[in-house]
Amino acid sequence: MNGIHDMGGLHGFGKVEIEPNEPVFHGRWEGRVYAMTQVLDTKGIYNLDEHRHEIELMDAASYLTDGYYGRWLFAMESILTRKGVISRDEVDQRVADLEESKQARPVETKDRNWPLQDEQRIPWGAWRKDVAVSPKFQVGDRVTVQNHQPAGHTRLTHFVRSKTGTITIVNARAWVLPDTRAHNAGENLQPVYNVTFSATEIWGDAAEPNVEIKVDLSEDYLERAD
Amino acid sequence: MTAHDDHDHDEHDQAHSHDHDHGHSHDHDKPWQAVRTEAMETLLSELGVVDSNRVDEIVSFYEEGIGPKSGARVVAKAWTDSAFKARLLANGLEACAELGLGGPETEYLHVVENSPSVHNVIVCTLCSCYPWTILGLPPAWYKSSAYRSRLVREPRRVLSELGLALDDNVKIQVWDSVSEIRYLVLPERPAGTEAMTEEELAAIVTRDSMIGVSRL
Repeated sequence: MNGIHDMGGLHGFGKVEIEPNEPVFHGRWEGRVYAMTQVLDTKGIYNLDEHRHEIELMDAASYLTDGYYGRWLFAMESILTRKGVISRDEVDQRVADLEESKQARPVETKDRNWPLQDEQRIPWGAWRKDVAVSPKFQVGDRVTVQNHQPAGHTRLTHFVRSKTGTITIVNARAWVLPDTRAHNAGENLQPVYNVTFSATEIWGDAAEPNVEIKVDLSEDYLERAD
Repeated sequence: MTAHDDHDHDEHDQAHSHDHDHGHSHDHDKPWQAVRTEAMETLLSELGVVDSNRVDEIVSFYEEGIGPKSGARVVAKAWTDSAFKARLLANGLEACAELGLGGPETEYLHVVENSPSVHNVIVCTLCSCYPWTILGLPPAWYKSSAYRSRLVREPRRVLSELGLALDDNVKIQVWDSVSEIRYLVLPERPAGTEAMTEEELAAIVTRDSMIGVSRL
Protein backbone atom coordinates (compact mmCIF):
# COMPACT_ATOMS: atom_id res chain seq x y z
CA MET A 1 0.00 0.00 0.00
CA ASN A 2 1.12 3.55 -0.63
CA GLY A 3 1.27 4.56 3.00
CA ILE A 4 3.26 7.04 5.03
CA HIS A 5 5.56 4.16 6.08
CA ASP A 6 7.04 4.07 2.55
CA MET A 7 9.28 7.05 3.22
CA GLY A 8 12.16 6.82 0.76
CA GLY A 9 12.67 10.19 -0.93
CA LEU A 10 9.99 12.17 0.94
CA HIS A 11 10.70 15.75 1.95
CA GLY A 12 9.82 17.58 5.12
CA PHE A 13 11.32 15.58 7.97
CA GLY A 14 14.23 17.84 8.86
CA LYS A 15 17.66 16.82 10.06
CA VAL A 16 18.82 13.48 11.34
CA GLU A 17 19.57 13.99 15.02
CA ILE A 18 21.83 11.52 16.78
CA GLU A 19 21.10 11.30 20.49
CA PRO A 20 24.29 10.78 22.52
CA ASN A 21 24.24 7.90 25.01
CA GLU A 22 20.79 6.87 23.91
CA PRO A 23 19.08 4.31 26.16
CA VAL A 24 17.71 1.16 24.53
CA PHE A 25 14.20 2.16 25.63
CA HIS A 26 13.21 5.75 26.44
CA GLY A 27 10.52 4.78 28.91
CA ARG A 28 9.48 1.62 30.69
CA TRP A 29 6.43 1.21 28.47
CA GLU A 30 8.58 1.00 25.34
CA GLY A 31 10.39 -2.07 26.63
CA ARG A 32 7.08 -3.63 27.75
CA VAL A 33 5.51 -3.11 24.31
CA TYR A 34 8.56 -4.47 22.56
CA ALA A 35 8.85 -7.57 24.75
CA MET A 36 5.10 -8.26 24.82
CA THR A 37 5.14 -8.25 21.05
CA GLN A 38 7.99 -10.76 21.08
CA VAL A 39 5.90 -13.02 23.31
CA LEU A 40 2.74 -12.58 21.23
CA ASP A 41 4.66 -13.47 18.09
CA THR A 42 5.02 -17.02 19.42
CA LYS A 43 1.32 -17.57 20.16
CA GLY A 44 -0.05 -18.63 16.78
CA ILE A 45 -2.35 -15.61 16.53
CA TYR A 46 -0.79 -14.02 13.44
CA ASN A 47 2.19 -14.37 11.16
CA LEU A 48 5.14 -12.02 10.84
CA ASP A 49 4.03 -10.24 7.67
CA GLU A 50 0.55 -9.70 9.10
CA HIS A 51 2.12 -7.97 12.06
CA ARG A 52 4.24 -5.73 9.90
CA HIS A 53 1.25 -4.88 7.72
CA GLU A 54 -0.79 -4.00 10.79
CA ILE A 55 1.57 -1.09 11.50
CA GLU A 56 1.09 0.15 7.95
CA LEU A 57 -2.67 0.25 8.51
CA MET A 58 -2.28 2.90 11.19
CA ASP A 59 -3.66 6.26 10.12
CA ALA A 60 -0.93 8.45 8.69
CA ALA A 61 -1.16 11.25 11.25
CA SER A 62 -0.84 8.85 14.22
CA TYR A 63 2.00 7.04 12.48
CA LEU A 64 3.98 10.26 12.61
CA THR A 65 3.11 11.31 16.16
CA ASP A 66 2.70 8.18 18.31
CA GLY A 67 6.39 7.28 18.42
CA TYR A 68 8.09 4.12 17.25
CA TYR A 69 6.84 1.88 20.04
CA GLY A 70 3.50 3.68 19.89
CA ARG A 71 3.15 2.06 16.47
CA TRP A 72 3.94 -1.32 17.94
CA LEU A 73 1.35 -0.69 20.64
CA PHE A 74 -1.19 0.21 17.97
CA ALA A 75 -0.36 -2.94 15.98
CA MET A 76 -0.62 -5.16 19.05
CA GLU A 77 -4.03 -3.85 20.05
CA SER A 78 -5.32 -3.72 16.52
CA ILE A 79 -4.31 -7.24 15.53
CA LEU A 80 -5.53 -8.78 18.79
CA THR A 81 -8.85 -6.97 18.38
CA ARG A 82 -9.20 -8.10 14.79
CA LYS A 83 -8.46 -11.69 15.81
CA GLY A 84 -11.02 -11.59 18.63
CA VAL A 85 -8.53 -12.12 21.46
CA ILE A 86 -9.45 -8.84 23.15
CA SER A 87 -11.85 -6.03 22.40
CA ARG A 88 -11.20 -2.35 22.09
CA ASP A 89 -13.92 -1.64 24.65
CA GLU A 90 -12.22 -3.69 27.32
CA VAL A 91 -8.87 -1.98 26.69
CA ASP A 92 -10.60 1.41 26.96
CA GLN A 93 -12.32 0.28 30.15
CA ARG A 94 -9.06 -0.93 31.63
CA VAL A 95 -7.35 2.34 30.74
CA ALA A 96 -10.16 4.24 32.50
CA ASP A 97 -9.88 2.01 35.57
CA LEU A 98 -6.12 2.52 35.74
CA GLU A 99 -6.42 6.27 35.35
CA GLU A 100 -8.99 6.53 38.08
CA SER A 101 -7.01 4.07 40.23
CA LYS A 102 -10.10 1.90 40.41
CA GLN A 103 -10.11 -1.80 41.04
CA ALA A 104 -9.91 -3.18 37.52
CA ARG A 105 -12.89 -5.23 36.42
CA PRO A 106 -11.85 -8.86 35.98
CA VAL A 107 -11.74 -10.09 32.41
CA GLU A 108 -14.45 -12.33 31.00
CA THR A 109 -12.84 -15.41 29.58
CA LYS A 110 -15.79 -16.59 27.50
CA ASP A 111 -16.80 -15.32 24.08
CA ARG A 112 -13.33 -14.66 22.94
CA ASN A 113 -10.98 -16.31 20.51
CA TRP A 114 -8.59 -17.46 23.20
CA PRO A 115 -7.12 -19.96 23.94
CA LEU A 116 -6.76 -20.85 20.28
CA GLN A 117 -7.82 -24.25 19.02
CA ASP A 118 -4.99 -26.09 17.26
CA GLU A 119 -6.64 -25.67 13.86
CA GLN A 120 -6.82 -21.90 14.38
CA ARG A 121 -3.14 -21.47 14.98
CA ILE A 122 -1.20 -19.53 12.36
CA PRO A 123 2.52 -20.32 12.19
CA TRP A 124 4.64 -17.22 12.75
CA GLY A 125 6.63 -18.49 9.80
CA ALA A 126 10.16 -18.41 8.54
CA TRP A 127 11.50 -15.87 6.13
CA ARG A 128 12.63 -18.60 3.83
CA LYS A 129 12.31 -22.34 3.30
CA ASP A 130 14.78 -25.04 2.44
CA VAL A 131 13.42 -25.93 -0.95
CA ALA A 132 15.07 -25.50 -4.33
CA VAL A 133 14.23 -22.53 -6.50
CA SER A 134 15.44 -21.72 -10.02
CA PRO A 135 16.27 -18.05 -10.31
CA LYS A 136 14.93 -16.40 -13.42
CA PHE A 137 17.69 -13.75 -13.44
CA GLN A 138 21.44 -13.78 -13.00
CA VAL A 139 24.04 -11.26 -11.95
CA GLY A 140 24.43 -8.59 -14.62
CA ASP A 141 20.88 -8.90 -15.99
CA ARG A 142 19.05 -5.64 -16.56
CA VAL A 143 15.62 -5.63 -14.93
CA THR A 144 12.73 -3.20 -14.71
CA VAL A 145 10.68 -3.07 -11.54
CA GLN A 146 6.99 -3.64 -12.08
CA ASN A 147 4.65 -0.74 -11.54
CA HIS A 148 2.88 -2.73 -8.85
CA GLN A 149 0.49 -0.60 -6.76
CA PRO A 150 -1.26 -2.94 -4.34
CA ALA A 151 -3.70 -1.70 -1.72
CA GLY A 152 -2.40 -4.43 0.59
CA HIS A 153 1.04 -5.23 1.93
CA THR A 154 4.16 -5.10 -0.19
CA ARG A 155 7.87 -4.63 0.35
CA LEU A 156 8.21 -3.07 -3.07
CA THR A 157 9.19 0.43 -2.10
CA HIS A 158 7.50 3.08 -4.23
CA PHE A 159 10.61 4.90 -5.44
CA VAL A 160 11.92 1.99 -7.53
CA ARG A 161 8.68 1.20 -9.35
CA SER A 162 9.11 1.37 -13.14
CA LYS A 163 12.87 1.95 -12.70
CA THR A 164 15.55 -0.11 -14.41
CA GLY A 165 18.59 -1.48 -12.67
CA THR A 166 21.09 -4.32 -12.71
CA ILE A 167 20.98 -7.55 -10.73
CA THR A 168 23.99 -7.49 -8.41
CA ILE A 169 23.25 -10.34 -6.01
CA VAL A 170 21.12 -13.43 -6.56
CA ASN A 171 19.82 -14.79 -3.26
CA ALA A 172 18.90 -18.14 -4.74
CA ARG A 173 16.89 -19.35 -1.78
CA ALA A 174 13.18 -19.84 -1.32
CA TRP A 175 12.08 -16.60 0.32
CA VAL A 176 8.46 -16.04 1.26
CA LEU A 177 6.65 -13.33 -0.70
CA PRO A 178 5.38 -10.91 1.98
CA ASP A 179 2.64 -9.53 -0.27
CA THR A 180 0.65 -12.74 -0.09
CA ARG A 181 1.59 -14.09 3.31
CA ALA A 182 0.54 -10.85 5.01
CA HIS A 183 -2.98 -11.68 3.86
CA ASN A 184 -2.69 -15.40 4.61
CA ALA A 185 -2.82 -16.01 0.86
CA GLY A 186 0.18 -18.28 0.44
CA GLU A 187 3.94 -18.16 0.68
CA ASN A 188 4.88 -17.93 -3.01
CA LEU A 189 8.48 -18.99 -2.42
CA GLN A 190 10.95 -17.27 -4.73
CA PRO A 191 14.45 -15.82 -5.02
CA VAL A 192 15.24 -12.31 -3.79
CA TYR A 193 17.65 -10.17 -5.79
CA ASN A 194 19.72 -7.19 -4.89
CA VAL A 195 19.15 -4.72 -7.70
CA THR A 196 21.49 -1.77 -8.14
CA PHE A 197 20.11 1.50 -9.49
CA SER A 198 22.06 4.61 -10.33
CA ALA A 199 20.95 7.63 -8.31
CA THR A 200 20.17 9.37 -11.61
CA GLU A 201 17.76 6.61 -12.65
CA ILE A 202 15.79 7.13 -9.45
CA TRP A 203 16.18 10.79 -8.53
CA GLY A 204 16.72 12.37 -11.94
CA ASP A 205 17.92 15.95 -11.70
CA ALA A 206 18.15 15.75 -7.90
CA ALA A 207 20.64 12.86 -7.95
CA GLU A 208 23.94 13.26 -6.12
CA PRO A 209 27.09 12.25 -8.00
CA ASN A 210 28.57 8.77 -7.77
CA VAL A 211 25.78 7.19 -5.74
CA GLU A 212 24.15 3.78 -6.16
CA ILE A 213 20.96 2.65 -4.49
CA LYS A 214 20.82 -1.08 -3.82
CA VAL A 215 17.41 -2.56 -3.07
CA ASP A 216 16.40 -6.15 -2.30
CA LEU A 217 13.46 -7.20 -4.45
CA SER A 218 11.45 -10.41 -4.80
CA GLU A 219 11.46 -12.05 -8.21
CA ASP A 220 7.75 -11.30 -8.76
CA TYR A 221 8.50 -7.57 -8.59
CA LEU A 222 10.86 -7.72 -11.57
CA GLU A 223 10.73 -8.15 -15.32
CA ARG A 224 13.53 -8.40 -17.81
CA ALA A 225 14.48 -5.08 -19.37
CA ASP A 226 14.81 -5.16 -23.15
CA MET B 1 11.58 -12.80 14.96
CA THR B 2 9.21 -9.95 14.69
CA ALA B 3 8.33 -6.95 12.66
CA HIS B 4 9.72 -3.57 13.35
CA ASP B 5 9.13 -0.11 12.34
CA ASP B 6 9.99 3.46 12.99
CA HIS B 7 10.42 6.08 15.65
CA ASP B 8 11.43 9.68 15.63
CA HIS B 9 13.45 11.28 18.33
CA ASP B 10 11.48 14.49 18.11
CA GLU B 11 8.23 12.59 17.69
CA HIS B 12 9.01 10.80 20.88
CA ASP B 13 9.06 14.02 22.85
CA GLN B 14 5.87 15.06 21.21
CA ALA B 15 4.26 11.78 22.09
CA HIS B 16 4.93 12.50 25.75
CA SER B 17 3.62 16.01 25.75
CA HIS B 18 0.04 15.75 24.61
CA ASP B 19 -3.05 13.80 25.37
CA HIS B 20 -4.15 11.46 22.70
CA ASP B 21 -7.59 10.36 21.66
CA HIS B 22 -6.85 6.80 22.79
CA GLY B 23 -6.95 7.85 26.41
CA HIS B 24 -8.11 10.61 28.66
CA SER B 25 -5.04 10.91 30.78
CA HIS B 26 -5.46 12.61 34.12
CA ASP B 27 -1.87 11.82 35.00
CA HIS B 28 0.17 14.22 32.97
CA ASP B 29 3.47 12.69 34.08
CA LYS B 30 2.67 9.54 32.17
CA PRO B 31 2.36 9.43 28.39
CA TRP B 32 -0.90 7.91 27.21
CA GLN B 33 1.10 5.08 25.67
CA ALA B 34 2.36 4.05 29.12
CA VAL B 35 -1.18 3.78 30.49
CA ARG B 36 -2.45 1.90 27.47
CA THR B 37 0.54 -0.46 27.59
CA GLU B 38 -0.20 -1.19 31.23
CA ALA B 39 -3.83 -1.85 30.36
CA MET B 40 -2.80 -4.26 27.61
CA GLU B 41 -0.26 -6.05 29.79
CA THR B 42 -2.64 -6.57 32.71
CA LEU B 43 -5.42 -7.78 30.42
CA LEU B 44 -3.19 -10.12 28.47
CA SER B 45 -1.62 -11.60 31.58
CA GLU B 46 -5.00 -12.16 33.22
CA LEU B 47 -6.07 -14.00 30.09
CA GLY B 48 -2.90 -16.09 30.12
CA VAL B 49 -1.77 -14.78 26.74
CA VAL B 50 1.35 -13.04 28.02
CA ASP B 51 3.50 -13.96 31.01
CA SER B 52 4.94 -10.81 32.59
CA ASN B 53 8.01 -12.65 33.90
CA ARG B 54 8.85 -13.58 30.34
CA VAL B 55 8.37 -9.93 29.35
CA ASP B 56 10.82 -8.91 32.11
CA GLU B 57 13.42 -11.37 30.78
CA ILE B 58 13.12 -10.12 27.23
CA VAL B 59 13.42 -6.48 28.29
CA SER B 60 16.63 -7.19 30.20
CA PHE B 61 18.04 -9.23 27.35
CA TYR B 62 17.59 -6.35 24.93
CA GLU B 63 18.81 -3.78 27.43
CA GLU B 64 21.86 -5.69 28.60
CA GLY B 65 22.45 -8.93 26.70
CA ILE B 66 22.74 -7.64 23.17
CA GLY B 67 24.34 -4.68 21.46
CA PRO B 68 26.94 -3.31 19.06
CA LYS B 69 29.80 -4.93 20.99
CA SER B 70 28.93 -8.15 19.15
CA GLY B 71 29.35 -6.49 15.77
CA ALA B 72 32.61 -4.93 16.93
CA ARG B 73 33.97 -8.41 17.73
CA VAL B 74 33.06 -9.56 14.24
CA VAL B 75 34.78 -6.57 12.63
CA ALA B 76 37.93 -6.91 14.74
CA LYS B 77 38.19 -10.58 13.89
CA ALA B 78 37.77 -9.86 10.18
CA TRP B 79 40.59 -7.31 10.40
CA THR B 80 42.99 -9.76 12.03
CA ASP B 81 42.05 -13.06 10.38
CA SER B 82 41.84 -12.99 6.60
CA ALA B 83 40.36 -16.48 6.33
CA PHE B 84 37.57 -15.42 8.70
CA LYS B 85 37.03 -12.27 6.69
CA ALA B 86 36.65 -14.30 3.50
CA ARG B 87 34.06 -16.52 5.21
CA LEU B 88 32.30 -13.46 6.62
CA LEU B 89 31.97 -11.82 3.23
CA ALA B 90 30.79 -15.11 1.69
CA ASN B 91 28.17 -15.89 4.35
CA GLY B 92 27.85 -13.39 7.17
CA LEU B 93 25.58 -15.41 9.39
CA GLU B 94 27.65 -18.60 9.31
CA ALA B 95 30.81 -16.66 10.11
CA CYS B 96 29.07 -14.85 12.98
CA ALA B 97 27.91 -18.22 14.32
CA GLU B 98 31.60 -19.15 14.74
CA LEU B 99 31.69 -16.39 17.36
CA GLY B 100 28.52 -17.67 18.99
CA LEU B 101 26.38 -14.90 17.49
CA GLY B 102 22.97 -15.46 15.97
CA GLY B 103 19.29 -15.36 16.74
CA PRO B 104 16.16 -13.46 15.90
CA GLU B 105 15.71 -10.86 13.16
CA THR B 106 18.85 -11.80 11.30
CA GLU B 107 17.93 -14.54 8.87
CA TYR B 108 20.64 -13.83 6.41
CA LEU B 109 23.47 -11.35 6.72
CA HIS B 110 25.41 -9.65 3.98
CA VAL B 111 28.57 -7.97 5.15
CA VAL B 112 29.59 -5.13 2.84
CA GLU B 113 33.16 -3.94 2.87
CA ASN B 114 34.30 -0.33 2.73
CA SER B 115 37.42 0.63 0.79
CA PRO B 116 39.13 3.94 0.06
CA SER B 117 36.94 4.26 -3.06
CA VAL B 118 33.64 2.72 -1.88
CA HIS B 119 31.54 3.66 1.13
CA ASN B 120 28.54 1.58 2.21
CA VAL B 121 25.64 2.77 4.31
CA ILE B 122 22.50 0.95 5.47
CA VAL B 123 18.89 2.09 5.81
CA CYS B 124 15.41 0.60 5.81
CA THR B 125 13.04 3.03 4.15
CA LEU B 126 9.93 0.94 4.93
CA CYS B 127 10.39 0.31 8.65
CA SER B 128 13.60 -0.21 10.61
CA CYS B 129 15.12 -3.54 9.53
CA TYR B 130 18.43 -3.94 11.30
CA PRO B 131 20.70 -6.85 12.33
CA TRP B 132 19.51 -7.09 15.95
CA THR B 133 21.68 -10.04 16.89
CA ILE B 134 24.84 -8.31 15.72
CA LEU B 135 24.14 -4.67 16.65
CA GLY B 136 21.30 -4.78 19.20
CA LEU B 137 18.16 -2.71 18.70
CA PRO B 138 18.51 0.22 16.31
CA PRO B 139 19.00 3.75 17.64
CA ALA B 140 16.13 6.24 17.36
CA TRP B 141 17.80 8.18 14.55
CA TYR B 142 18.00 5.02 12.39
CA LYS B 143 14.24 4.65 12.80
CA SER B 144 13.55 8.34 12.28
CA SER B 145 11.50 9.67 9.38
CA ALA B 146 14.36 12.02 8.52
CA TYR B 147 16.92 9.24 8.07
CA ARG B 148 14.54 6.88 6.28
CA SER B 149 13.31 9.50 3.85
CA ARG B 150 16.56 11.29 3.12
CA LEU B 151 19.35 8.72 3.07
CA VAL B 152 18.34 7.14 -0.23
CA ARG B 153 17.88 10.51 -1.93
CA GLU B 154 20.75 12.60 -0.60
CA PRO B 155 23.24 10.34 1.16
CA ARG B 156 26.17 12.72 0.67
CA ARG B 157 24.32 15.53 2.32
CA VAL B 158 23.02 13.40 5.20
CA LEU B 159 26.46 11.90 5.87
CA SER B 160 28.03 15.31 5.67
CA GLU B 161 25.54 16.69 8.21
CA LEU B 162 26.50 13.80 10.46
CA GLY B 163 30.17 14.74 10.16
CA LEU B 164 31.24 12.44 7.34
CA ALA B 165 32.08 14.50 4.27
CA LEU B 166 33.08 12.15 1.46
CA ASP B 167 34.82 13.25 -1.69
CA ASP B 168 32.78 12.81 -4.88
CA ASN B 169 35.28 10.23 -6.14
CA VAL B 170 34.26 7.93 -3.28
CA LYS B 171 31.27 5.94 -4.53
CA ILE B 172 28.44 5.73 -2.01
CA GLN B 173 26.40 2.52 -2.01
CA VAL B 174 23.13 2.90 -0.12
CA TRP B 175 21.63 -0.46 0.86
CA ASP B 176 17.88 -0.25 1.44
CA SER B 177 17.26 -3.41 3.44
CA VAL B 178 13.58 -3.92 2.70
CA SER B 179 13.80 -7.71 2.38
CA GLU B 180 14.74 -10.17 5.11
CA ILE B 181 18.43 -9.91 4.27
CA ARG B 182 20.26 -7.83 6.85
CA TYR B 183 23.38 -5.78 6.25
CA LEU B 184 26.49 -4.92 8.24
CA VAL B 185 29.20 -2.55 7.07
CA LEU B 186 32.77 -3.76 7.46
CA PRO B 187 34.66 -0.50 8.05
CA GLU B 188 38.24 -0.03 6.95
CA ARG B 189 40.83 -0.74 9.59
CA PRO B 190 42.31 2.62 10.61
CA ALA B 191 45.95 3.32 9.95
CA GLY B 192 48.25 3.07 12.96
CA THR B 193 46.40 0.12 14.52
CA GLU B 194 48.83 -2.55 13.33
CA ALA B 195 50.10 -3.31 16.82
CA MET B 196 46.66 -3.58 18.40
CA THR B 197 45.22 -6.89 19.54
CA GLU B 198 41.85 -8.14 18.34
CA GLU B 199 40.34 -7.12 21.67
CA GLU B 200 41.80 -3.63 21.49
CA LEU B 201 40.55 -3.29 17.94
CA ALA B 202 37.04 -4.33 18.94
CA ALA B 203 37.02 -1.46 21.44
CA ILE B 204 37.46 1.15 18.70
CA VAL B 205 34.71 -0.15 16.39
CA THR B 206 31.58 1.95 16.77
CA ARG B 207 27.98 1.11 16.02
CA ASP B 208 27.71 4.04 13.62
CA SER B 209 30.69 2.81 11.59
CA MET B 210 28.94 -0.56 11.15
CA ILE B 211 25.78 1.17 9.90
CA GLY B 212 27.93 3.35 7.66
CA VAL B 213 27.22 6.86 8.95
CA SER B 214 30.79 7.27 10.16
CA ARG B 215 34.27 6.01 9.32
CA LEU B 216 36.94 5.05 11.82
